[in-house]
Amino acid sequence: MSVYAPRGITHSLETLGAWVLGVLWVLPLVYAFWTAFHPPAYSTNFTLAAPLTLGNFVKAWQAAPFARYFANTVILVTMVLAAQLVLVTLAAYAFARFRFPGRDVVFALVLVQLMVMPDVLIVENYRTMTALGIKDTILSIGLPYMASAFGIFLLRQTFKTVPRELDEAARVEGCSPLQTLWKVYVPLARPTYIAYALVSISYHWNNFLWPLIITNSVESRPVTVGLQVFSATDQGIDWSIISAATLMTTGPLLIAFLLFQRQFVQSFIRAGIR
Amino acid sequence: MTRTREWLYAWLLLLPAATLLALFTHYPAIANLWHSFYSTPRGARPAKFIGLDNYRALVDDPIFWRALSNNLWYALGTIPLSIALALLMAVWVNGRLPGRGFLRLAYFTPTVLPMIAVANIWLFFYTPGYGLLEQITGFFGWPSHNWLGSQSTALPALMIVTIWKEAGFFMIFYLAALQSMSPHLAEAAAIEGASRSYFFRRVTLPLLMPTTLFVLVNAVINAFRLVDHIVVMTRGGPDNATALLLYYIFEIGFRFWDSSYAAALTMVLLVLLGAVAIVQFTFLERRTFYQ
Repeated sequence: MSVYAPRGITHSLETLGAWVLGVLWVLPLVYAFWTAFHPPAYSTNFTLAAPLTLGNFVKAWQAAPFARYFANTVILVTMVLAAQLVLVTLAAYAFARFRFPGRDVVFALVLVQLMVMPDVLIVENYRTMTALGIKDTILSIGLPYMASAFGIFLLRQTFKTVPRELDEAARVEGCSPLQTLWKVYVPLARPTYIAYALVSISYHWNNFLWPLIITNSVESRPVTVGLQVFSATDQGIDWSIISAATLMTTGPLLIAFLLFQRQFVQSFIRAGIR
Repeated sequence: MTRTREWLYAWLLLLPAATLLALFTHYPAIANLWHSFYSTPRGARPAKFIGLDNYRALVDDPIFWRALSNNLWYALGTIPLSIALALLMAVWVNGRLPGRGFLRLAYFTPTVLPMIAVANIWLFFYTPGYGLLEQITGFFGWPSHNWLGSQSTALPALMIVTIWKEAGFFMIFYLAALQSMSPHLAEAAAIEGASRSYFFRRVTLPLLMPTTLFVLVNAVINAFRLVDHIVVMTRGGPDNATALLLYYIFEIGFRFWDSSYAAALTMVLLVLLGAVAIVQFTFLERRTFYQ
């Protein structure tokens, strides 16, 4: 792009535009940070003399069982990811390297989930969970997402790029199909697995509507629902504490993102472009 | 391996994923249609077949039409603007601007935050008389305004939140596409004497078409799928001004517990998403054209 890089006045104008947009983009976040780290008296009083405090975080942490909510989210995210990795790997292998009648039809049926996600089938899935008797459990939050069409599609594309010769060599050495999968395909697909894992973790850490519907107790609520219950109940609308709670619940993900920025961005691109 | 054994093997590999998919995607979609023809069981009264009554109620329901039109306006208001901003951000971040590392981070960070946290932050931002927006408008001496509490500004205020959250996400796909473009194209065009804007319009934009399509489909789906911020910020109000379709389904299904009517409403959403799928499928062939 260097030939068409902006020069002179255009360059200055575009730099200005980019920075105005950038500042606008961080403003709400900076404001939340300001409020969370200062005493309530200073939440709309922007002076350099304002004392820093962690008191809002302490109050938020004590006001609701956030430790339990965090534990629930970690269990949920781990459980969903583990199940997804196994299910998606097996299914993608079948679609990529096996010939069987009805393969294309079944694959099309899998892809239906890309459009009709569990997010919109809340009414019927609630009915199903009630019938299964697992309403208000962490399992019921994760179950609809475990067989992920997106993951199957992504991994199938990756498996298809594995040279047939490697596969055949493994078979000649006496590997069963499952051993071939484990020793040849899975190691070669590592970047795809990392990309998929990051996307899945951030999706399920952030998921809200379905967990809100299906959970009803502290024992199963993830941190997003916990935050909502906390800020919706009457706190006397103390924005300092709500801001602190909001930042606290996003903290682990935000820190992970800041540390592994490049991997995150690369993963989202890899998962998107496919 | 014999052929039958291969079939059997493949099906065994598929079985776990296929079972869960059938149970939580295909079955609910069909059961949803089925239940939309029945009444909601209440107390001693079991569900009974009522044919198209739920759909008749739907046609006569002003809130449903309000939610549908809100959702269309919401899609129209958020999608083009967030895609245009994403493209602009990508071009800027791809160039040699001072501080582009910071800018990329600033644009992308809202993407990793949960929508519910974003909603909390913006709820505070919009708070009348207290939030940062009011501080700024107050500084200029403009009158106070309840952005989320008035009919005319509530939905646009929510649209801004969505654009803020999504533009950075779409940016990275444009950025990836821009970085994979050969620099020879620009060099050749420059030798031919093409201006910067001409090059952008006639070379860059067409080459970004597949990315735009991908981003567009995602944006449309998100416009109908993501209502977390409505739950936090407005609960559909004031007076249904911000009720989106999925939010209305949520209200009917889990506040009024009218599961049959919610099923009929869900069918409308499924038809809309199906239409998106068909459009995407027809455009898929053109997608390969440039690659």
